[in-house]
Amino acid sequence: MEITRTQLLPGVWLSCLETDKFKSDCISISLLTELDRETISKNALLPRVLARGTVSYPAMDALAAACDELYGARVLPIVRKKGEMLCMGFYAGFIADRFTPDGERLLEPVCQLLGELLLHPATRGGLLRRDYVESEKQKLIEDIRARVNDKRDYALFRACEEMCAYEAYACDDMGSESGAEDVGYVELTRYYHDLLQSCPIEIFYCGSASPARVSAALNEALSTLPRGELDCELGTDIRLNSVEAEPRFFTEELDVTQGKLVLGFRMGECMDEPNFAALRVFNALYGGCVTSKLFMNVREKLSLCYYASSFVDRLKGVMFVSSGIEFGNFDSAKLEILAQLDAVRTGDFTDEELNSARRAMVSDLRSMTDSPGALEDFYLTQALLGLDYGPADMALLCGEVTREDILSVAAGTELDTVYFLRAPKCDEEAETEDDD
Amino acid sequence: MMTKYDYPSVGETLWRSTLENGLRLSVITKPGYTRCFAMFAANYGGADRRFRLGGEYIDTPAGVAHFLEHKMFDMPEGDNAMTLLASNGAQPNAFTSSGMTAYYFESTEGFYENLETLLRFVSTPYFTPESVQKERGIIGQEIRMCEDNPDYVVYDELMRCLYAHNPIRDSVAGTVESIAEITPETLYSCHKIFYNPSNMCLCVAGDVDPQRVENAARRILPAEAGEVPGRDYGAAEDALPVRPRFRRAMEVSAPQFILGAKLDAEKSGGALLRQKLVGSLALNYLFSQSSPFYNRLYQQGLLNTDFSAGMDHCAGTLTVMAGGESREPERVFAEALAELDAAVKNGLDAALFSRALKASYGSRIRALSSFAGLCSSMAEAEFGGYNCLDSFSVMESVTAAETLEFIKSQLRPERFAMSVIDPVGRGEGA
Repeated sequence: MEITRTQLLPGVWLSCLETDKFKSDCISISLLTELDRETISKNALLPRVLARGTVSYPAMDALAAACDELYGARVLPIVRKKGEMLCMGFYAGFIADRFTPDGERLLEPVCQLLGELLLHPATRGGLLRRDYVESEKQKLIEDIRARVNDKRDYALFRACEEMCAYEAYACDDMGSESGAEDVGYVELTRYYHDLLQSCPIEIFYCGSASPARVSAALNEALSTLPRGELDCELGTDIRLNSVEAEPRFFTEELDVTQGKLVLGFRMGECMDEPNFAALRVFNALYGGCVTSKLFMNVREKLSLCYYASSFVDRLKGVMFVSSGIEFGNFDSAKLEILAQLDAVRTGDFTDEELNSARRAMVSDLRSMTDSPGALEDFYLTQALLGLDYGPADMALLCGEVTREDILSVAAGTELDTVYFLRAPKCDEEAETEDDD
Repeated sequence: MMTKYDYPSVGETLWRSTLENGLRLSVITKPGYTRCFAMFAANYGGADRRFRLGGEYIDTPAGVAHFLEHKMFDMPEGDNAMTLLASNGAQPNAFTSSGMTAYYFESTEGFYENLETLLRFVSTPYFTPESVQKERGIIGQEIRMCEDNPDYVVYDELMRCLYAHNPIRDSVAGTVESIAEITPETLYSCHKIFYNPSNMCLCVAGDVDPQRVENAARRILPAEAGEVPGRDYGAAEDALPVRPRFRRAMEVSAPQFILGAKLDAEKSGGALLRQKLVGSLALNYLFSQSSPFYNRLYQQGLLNTDFSAGMDHCAGTLTVMAGGESREPERVFAEALAELDAAVKNGLDAALFSRALKASYGSRIRALSSFAGLCSSMAEAEFGGYNCLDSFSVMESVTAAETLEFIKSQLRPERFAMSVIDPVGRGEGA
C-alpha cells in the first residue's frame, strides 16, 4: 500500500492509497484553518449548514435519498481539532464498486456529491439560507450544552479549557455557546466565500480506484473551486513549561455520584524536537494501555478507580491523565498518579513493561493498515506535520524506542493543572475539612 | 474437520464446526489483513440469574456474570491474562451483556500463541477471597460511573418500564448491594456451569488457518461435553408495558429519551435470523436518518443527529428502541406512534422501501470490515442457531408486504413506553 500525493489545484492536495483490500472506499475533504476563538464558531457551524442542502438536493431528505441510492453511502460533516489547527469538511464512506449488484461505479457520483456540498450550497438571494443557519446554530448550541452529559469527556474538556486558558488550544471543535449565538447568516456566507479562496485543502482517498481515476473525478467535482491567496501559516504554539510555578487547582461541583479527577501536564523540553515514536511509547507505558503503570497500579493494585488513563497530544505537547474516583480518594489517587509518573521518570520500570508498551503501539499502528477510517486520520495528521511516512514505518520506529528515549521524554514532564469534578460537599464533609 | 461455506457475491468464506465437547467454532478468513480477532464467548449474561441443573433450580444475585468476567483474568500462577496477552502484542478485553459474556483480543503477531492463552485463561477459574473482595471496589466504582451516565440510566429504566419480571430489567453489573453477596464459591460454581464447552463458542476473523484454530481448541479445552443449563426467565411477559413512563432529573443539558416496546420474539434458527433482518429493515424504513419521520422532526427542532433506532433479542425477549435527545420527548413519542399508524393505514411507499433495501445492503457490506462486529455477529449466530452470513441470501426474499406485516403485528402503539431523563430543575414533572 503506497501513498501517492498530487496537487490538484493550488493548495489542494490529494493523498491516494490504492488498495483492493477493503470492501468499502473512503474519501475525505478537509479545509484547514487555525484553531482560534474568533473563528471557531463559524468553522464549527459551516459544514453542518452545508450538509443541510445543496442546489441539486435542496433539503436533507433529498440528500439522504441520494445517499441511500448510492447503497447507503455515508456522507458526514466532520470537524477535527489537531493541535491548534482545525480541519473541517466532509467524510464519505461507500461500498467498493465490485460489490454493487449491477457493477455501478460509486466513486464518481460520491465525488460529485462532495463537490456539491462544498461548493454549491442551497442559498437564497446569494446567501446561505437563514433558516438552515439558525436551525444548525440551535443544534450546535445543544451539542455544546450536551458536553456535560458525559462526565468523563466533560472533565477532560474543562481541565483543558482551564489549563490552556491563555492559548488557542483551550477551544474544542465546537467553540462556545455565546460564540455560536453571535454568528449571523450574512457574516457566515462572507466567511465561507473567503475561506474557499484562502484555505489549504487536504483530500484523502483509500480504495480500489487508481489515483488517475480519483484525480479525474475530483477535478470535475471541484472545477469551480475559487483559489486566491493561500493562508499557509498554520501551526501549533507549544508551551514547554507550566503556566505557574506551582500547579493550579480547579474544582467544579455537579450532581454526580463519582468524582472525575484530571491532571494536565506539559511535556517540556522533548517538544523542541519531538520524537513521535518515543512519545507514543511513553504514553503507553505510563497510562495508555492495559499493562500501563496507571492501569496496573491505580486501578488493579489499589482499586482506587474504575479507570485511569493518560493521553498525550503529540502536536501540542500536553498530556492529560483522567480517572473516575470516589470523592474521598482525591488525595490518594492524585498522589499515586504522580508517583507512577515519578517511577517512569526515574527509570523504575521493567524491560517487560517497556516491551509491552512498545508492542501495544506497534500493534495499534499495524492494525491501522486494516481500517480505511484510521488510515485517513493518520495521514491527515501526517500531512499537517509535513511528514509522509505511513503507520507501518511508525510501527517500526516504535519498536526501536529505548529506555533512554522514554527517560528523555519523561524528564521534562511538569504538572500544570489539577481539575476535580465532584458533588457539592455535604455538611459533614465540609465540617471535617474545617477542622483540619 | 471444519465445513467451508463460500459467499462469492460478498467475497467471504466462513468455516464452521462443532467439536466433540460441544464447542461451536466459527471462522471467517480474511486474506491480506494484518490483524486477527478472536472471541471466546459463553452463552451466559446478566439475565441468566436463575437456572436449572440436574433437575434443581439455582438462584444467583444480580451481577455474577459481569463479576466473573472481571475475575477471569486472574491466573493461578499469579499471572494476569490481560498482561500476558498484552506483553505478547495482543489487545485483550471483555464484555458482559444481558445475554452473553465474551473475551476477545486483537493482535497483529503471535496469533496462535495468544489464542491458546485466551482459551486457557477463560477455561481456568482462580479466585481467592482477597481478590474477590478487591474486585468489589473496582466494580463498585464502575456501577457508580454508570449511575452518573444518562445513557445507561435511560436504557435501564426503559427496560423496567417494559418488563415486569424478566431479569433483563436489571442492570448487568448488578448493584453495590447485590455484588456484596458474591463469594469465590458463587464464581466457581457459575464458571463450572456456564463455561463448559457445550455452552460456549469460539469465533475468529483474520488471515488465519481455520484448521489450526480448531486444533488449538481441541488441544486446550476439556474433552468432555458438559450439561447446558436450562434458564428460567420467569413467566411469559404480558404484551403491554408495566408502566408507560419513567422520568427523572439528572445533570444533563436537554432531555434524553428512549421509547420502546417488547415484542413477540422468535427463539432460534432461520426464523430468528429472518425476524432480526425484517425488524431492522422496518425500523430503518420508519426511523432511520433518511426517513421522512426523522427529517420532519429534525427540521422542527425536535430531533438531532443523536437519534437512532434498533432492536435486541435477548433472554427470550425482543425489544425495539428508538432514542436520542429532544426538548419535547412527548411530542416525539406521539409523532412516532402516528408514523406507525400511517404506515399501517397507507402501506409502505415503494420508492422509499427500495432505497431502504439498498441502504441496508450497503451497511451490511460495510459491516464485514469490522472484525469485532463480525465476531460478535458470529457468536450471536452460534447461540441463536443460524449462519450469520446467510443474511445476504435471506434479504433477497424480504418483501415490502412482509415488512409491513411486521409493523402491523408487532409495532402496536399500545406496546410502547418511554423513559426520559430531564435536566435538573427543568423537568416537566419537577
